[in-house]
Amino acid sequence: MDVEFQHISKRFGSVQALSDVSLTAKQGTIHGLIGENGAGKSTLMKILTGYQAKSGGDILINGEKIALKTPDDAAQIGIGMLYQEPMDFPHLTVLENFSLGCPVLSRERFAASLKHLAFAFGFQLAPKRRVELLTVGERQQIELLRLIHCETSVLILDEPTTGISPAQKALLFPALKKLATEGMTILLVSHKLEEVASLCDEVTVLRHGNVTHHTYAPFRFPELLEAMFGAVPEQKEKPVARATGNAVLTMNNIQAGGERQGLELKNFSAKSGEIIGLAGLDGAGQATFLRLAAGLTIPEQGDMQLFSTKLPTSKKASRIAGKLQTVFLPADRLEEALFTDISLSEHFSLRDPKSSFWQKTETNRQRAAEAIKTFSIKGQYDDTADNLSGGNQQRLLLALLDPQSKLILLENPTRGLDIRSGQWVWEYLTQTLSPEACIIFSSPELDEILHYSDRILVFYDGDIVLNSLTAETDHGSVAAAMTGMRS
Amino acid sequence: MKQLIQDIFVAVSLVFGFTSLVLLIADAPVLDAFKNIWLGSFASTMKFSQVLTVWVPLVLCSCGLLFTFRANLWNIGIEGQIIMGAIGGMAVLRMPGLENPALILSLSFVAAILGGGAWGLLAGLLKTRGGVHEIFGGLGLNFVAQGFILWLIFGPWKRPGIASMSGTELLPLKLWLSSPPGWRVAYAGLAIAITALILTWLFLYKSKLGLKLKAIGKNPRAAVLYDISPEGYYLLSIIIGGAFAGMAGFMQITAVYHRLIPAISSGYGYLALLLVMLAGYRIVPIPFLALFFAGLNVGSIQLPIVLQVDSTLSGVIQGCCVLSALFVLGMRQRRKQS
Repeated sequence: MDVEFQHISKRFGSVQALSDVSLTAKQGTIHGLIGENGAGKSTLMKILTGYQAKSGGDILINGEKIALKTPDDAAQIGIGMLYQEPMDFPHLTVLENFSLGCPVLSRERFAASLKHLAFAFGFQLAPKRRVELLTVGERQQIELLRLIHCETSVLILDEPTTGISPAQKALLFPALKKLATEGMTILLVSHKLEEVASLCDEVTVLRHGNVTHHTYAPFRFPELLEAMFGAVPEQKEKPVARATGNAVLTMNNIQAGGERQGLELKNFSAKSGEIIGLAGLDGAGQATFLRLAAGLTIPEQGDMQLFSTKLPTSKKASRIAGKLQTVFLPADRLEEALFTDISLSEHFSLRDPKSSFWQKTETNRQRAAEAIKTFSIKGQYDDTADNLSGGNQQRLLLALLDPQSKLILLENPTRGLDIRSGQWVWEYLTQTLSPEACIIFSSPELDEILHYSDRILVFYDGDIVLNSLTAETDHGSVAAAMTGMRS
Repeated sequence: MKQLIQDIFVAVSLVFGFTSLVLLIADAPVLDAFKNIWLGSFASTMKFSQVLTVWVPLVLCSCGLLFTFRANLWNIGIEGQIIMGAIGGMAVLRMPGLENPALILSLSFVAAILGGGAWGLLAGLLKTRGGVHEIFGGLGLNFVAQGFILWLIFGPWKRPGIASMSGTELLPLKLWLSSPPGWRVAYAGLAIAITALILTWLFLYKSKLGLKLKAIGKNPRAAVLYDISPEGYYLLSIIIGGAFAGMAGFMQITAVYHRLIPAISSGYGYLALLLVMLAGYRIVPIPFLALFFAGLNVGSIQLPIVLQVDSTLSGVIQGCCVLSALFVLGMRQRRKQS
């Protein structure tokens, strides 16, 4: 079946997630859909599987307009999706999982189909084993076979190689090619360019909800990278390089859990005065890195020193990091850094390092009122934090930050901010705060990283794949490293 | 404001509607039942003073629960904490060698606070160290406390000669908390309950401790970034909660029963949980709602005699109150979201 998207648009409140997206996935081909996080890939696929309604445009199957109201509608037509995290029932067996969602047959018929399909694709699956005992790759194999058995004719794969072993990958790729030649339409959502290149016949690139590129194999990587991350920006005036001093943070042979692949790193050190940008796609390890440095994540192995003090591997680590004037501003402000139902002035009371019995309402109201003025926060001192907009929440966090901080860890500091506010945040960080502070920040915006950092670390699948001075690297190399291409 | 009045109207109609339905099913005269509850609780100073004897422990337990709810903890273990408070207090009252009643009662009060607090601490440690949710830990500890009190009543503390469900031997009169002539409620009880309300208000709304507990209750992950340790404050709040429950246990043995009985808590811990929920976890409605619940409790005692209706009707009414309050609160929440 040919799947055709015509002028699809999708709005979430004031956010335009997709605008005028058109593309055609032809029967018997593998069509790659690539783009950075938040480009709109998942939204487009959710519309095709009936999980989300589109705001405009049409979906055509074999030239006919169809309405997809529910996931069931999509399944009836033969649209199936293989999710990044296996969507199965861990307590049930392989055979039971395989049998779900299809027309009901006898147990023997299912068993026979499973055996037949597994053999055809070279998968080793024991029908009676409980799924929770299997690896992600094996669970994906069951899901794939189930979809084939349910006569899926349009198969969507979302980052299928995340969390599976190279051996499993070696089985999966030929299986997908085989399915395509047998007439299936396959849509592959990915940000790993090498995989896309080895599998796809056609590729469409999305960026900020728009189609920026469409091309056929063989692919030229620089072309794809540019479409994904934008044109190499013109040289803006770089902030003046800052003087560096003693080591602030050192890490040795760290191994830590968290995100998809955890984080492994040999050795790393940051000096005072440095601004280090952490690049990488979502979940590649940056978030874990920042939380390690803040003492919030405890490494499984290795040791860390903050200002020559060894961080303990216990819950005390975050307190000690705090005492050493390390601050952490997470991306999800309301989830991790602010309190709902608690007013701005009360936040100042909580932040006050001096212990006192009373809340000192008046003093903190004054402090909050001053901060509202200095940081141009749109709100009153008795507004609760959840009533502030994202940008104003970030301003509040900066206002709460101790200006004497020596290590400032920021996760996506300009998330949800308009350009003006974003520039204001950077001005505050680099010009108002002490130039001796070491700033480590992560950002999904490559331009932000290239513009503000002195040094860039690139994370890929839980490893640091590039560690270079900004002056000695460029847009292309960083983008390539982010998508796992070795330079 | 109009919305609020409408909400209250809906809640009150739900309570009376449902209770009337139950009465109709039970074939009892509806209006007489409500009248009798009223007469049984507020018709005379004697009756009213009896209501106050229930009001005191309810207020104490509610104050304790406000602390734990503030930190977003469900202190189901409050029943056990009342029991352990009563046991702690009784242990001192039974101690030989002490002569001065005021001294003995003061020591007993302290021991009750320690008993309840320690039992709270145990539930807290199970949560912070053992990863046992406070609801399950508290429930388990309630059973342990219940077993312990039965063992004491039938074992080491049994009446000379016979062990009985009716409890231990009565305390000597000098160890009864004194009450105004003709009243049932003790001076000390009222004073302690009112002090508890004031202290709770000061701590929760004016002190930094109250703010920190609220912060932990709202977002324990963020609290770490403000150098507030969730574990430490979980323990502190549940110890305070247990201490208040222990005071309630002390009132039960020194002002109400004057002995240790198996059902020493009278279920006031669970009742206080409902009460605090009904109050929307705020302190201002607590004394009034506690009076209402206490009135229902005392007023329904005479229902079986007068109307041949079981006295558990008060339980039905209390349950209805809480359910309709939760219903109205839920509706309000949904309105807010849409």
